[in-house]
Amino acid sequence: MEPLLSVRNLTKRFGGLVAVNQVSMDVHPGEVVGLVGDNGAGKSTLIKMISGVYQPNEGEIYFDGKLAHIANPSQARDMGIETIYQDLALAGNLDMSANIFLGRERKKRYLGGLIRVLDEKFMLQEAQKLLQSLDVHIPSATAKIDYLSGGQRQAVAIARALYWEARLMIMDEPTNNLGVIEQAKVLDLIRRLRDQGVPVIVISHTIRDIFAVSDRIVVLHRGRKVADKRTQDTSTEEIIQYIMGARDDYHRN
Amino acid sequence: MVSEAQAPSLPATSKRRTTGQQAILLGSKIWSWLFLLMLVFYFSWQGTGFFSLRNSQNILVAIVPIVLMGLGQTFVIIAGGIDLSVGWLMGLSSVISALVIREEYNAGVAPWLAIIQGLLAGVGVALAAGLINGVIVAKLRVPPFIVTLGVSFVARGIGFLLAKGNIIAGQPQLARDLGNESLLYYVRGEGGGWYFLKKPDVTGAQLRMMDRVFTWPVVITFIVVLVAIFILHKTQFGRHTYAIGGNREAALRAGVPVDRHVILLYMMSAGTAGLAGVMHAWRFSGGAADAGDALLMMSIAAVVIGGVSLFGGQGRVIGTVIGALILAVLQTGLIMINVKTFYQYVIVGIIVILAVLMDQARDLIVGRAEAAA
Repeated sequence: MEPLLSVRNLTKRFGGLVAVNQVSMDVHPGEVVGLVGDNGAGKSTLIKMISGVYQPNEGEIYFDGKLAHIANPSQARDMGIETIYQDLALAGNLDMSANIFLGRERKKRYLGGLIRVLDEKFMLQEAQKLLQSLDVHIPSATAKIDYLSGGQRQAVAIARALYWEARLMIMDEPTNNLGVIEQAKVLDLIRRLRDQGVPVIVISHTIRDIFAVSDRIVVLHRGRKVADKRTQDTSTEEIIQYIMGARDDYHRN
Repeated sequence: MVSEAQAPSLPATSKRRTTGQQAILLGSKIWSWLFLLMLVFYFSWQGTGFFSLRNSQNILVAIVPIVLMGLGQTFVIIAGGIDLSVGWLMGLSSVISALVIREEYNAGVAPWLAIIQGLLAGVGVALAAGLINGVIVAKLRVPPFIVTLGVSFVARGIGFLLAKGNIIAGQPQLARDLGNESLLYYVRGEGGGWYFLKKPDVTGAQLRMMDRVFTWPVVITFIVVLVAIFILHKTQFGRHTYAIGGNREAALRAGVPVDRHVILLYMMSAGTAGLAGVMHAWRFSGGAADAGDALLMMSIAAVVIGGVSLFGGQGRVIGTVIGALILAVLQTGLIMINVKTFYQYVIVGIIVILAVLMDQARDLIVGRAEAAA
């Protein structure tokens, strides 16, 4: 199968520091890729090049088989690359449907478009349908985001990305600050996303979560890719060795 | 360990609040209504003539500028800002509008046309000041407290300069009528009754039996309130106002034109203050630079009592109207039961602080629910 995202020899330097060094990786439709590595291994920098925050010094990004120059985050979003950061970027004082439609509200037009009123009913119904399709249950659909649990908020953020036709989802530490049960729910949500054909790149420090959810694991060490393995072909111990720099599939010392 | 078999729906953990917490949440929502009702009952029982048509109309007339300034302020504060310039902008607008009306009228322009020109000039100047506030806050990132304070001083100076320290009088009768005549009239006693849109032809002792019901500034303010309710609660503009106050970064990332929106909010706030100034000039048949000096703090008090959070993101238009009513009812009621004016300030101060405490109690409860999640 054609990869949806293909990065080739990406390099990013900050002054003398090479944060990401000649990294190549593919993401195929319907797979979850776990991106792991120690602090400073280059995970965030790599992700930020894909989501348009940073521009690579060298290398190419191919999206959908075409060479892509991603100049800024909104361009990435327009292409269908959605990044869900830890802070989630939801407005806590608004409810889930207001958040899902924020900036792209559906309106009813009166007097030939002179008066435009928010179509609350439509937005609420769409939001509920969406969460139902993700099998997420939120007790009160009109509760403010502030009143929701961490996992429910993750779900709303994912739902928003999905509604606006995300084609690739990047999630940075999605299970941080969640309770044990909620962590499991969010991982389940990631699998659902994959089953709907949306590939997901998950960054996490929790190796257990990566093993629970990913199909493939990419390990970075000091800016270089040191491993790219199918999850079922490896083990926690082996991945930890890669993270520590004790193993390297690509570079001879 | 995580297992694949777990039920997929997210649990509604920790959403159970205790009865006490729910009482505070409910209380924080409806206390202002209850408090207003309580005040009305109390003063009606204690004060002679409080519960009367005439006094109700006096209260409505008194709250016009507080409500108008409070409306704009409500939008600005919900979006996480504050506008301290509205008090002196109101005065500047009243001076400019009265000046334009006087000059045009003296030059032979028809009164109605002079009044329209005055309205446009008064509100226009306020809008320009609002634009300056908004641009400096949104684009140059100067804290709104400072920007609007500065603009307030500038407006104060210009207002006094233009008025040469005086009141701009010499207004046509039509302006005075617009400020004081009403939609309805009621004449008490023999041969009296209701009159709609037509001033009854009464004189002398009977004139004192006549009440003006819903004066034109009250009617105009009522319409502006309805428009504000519509905009804040029913439109995309209102939704974005809440979003900016709730999480500016989220609004920005979601594609809300935050800078433009903030500029428009400060223009709205200044614009309603300008309208208050123009109507002040009608009502008192003259413009005064210090017309809104004492009203700024009253309008902010009304907004806060009405439940608008100074941290942004929370509040409703109707709350501000209730807040203004509470202030006016207190003021007239305390006078009627012979409480010295100075005590009023003490009481208003205590109520404002209590209102903010309610606000924080509510936030604390939400915060606890979050922490337990």
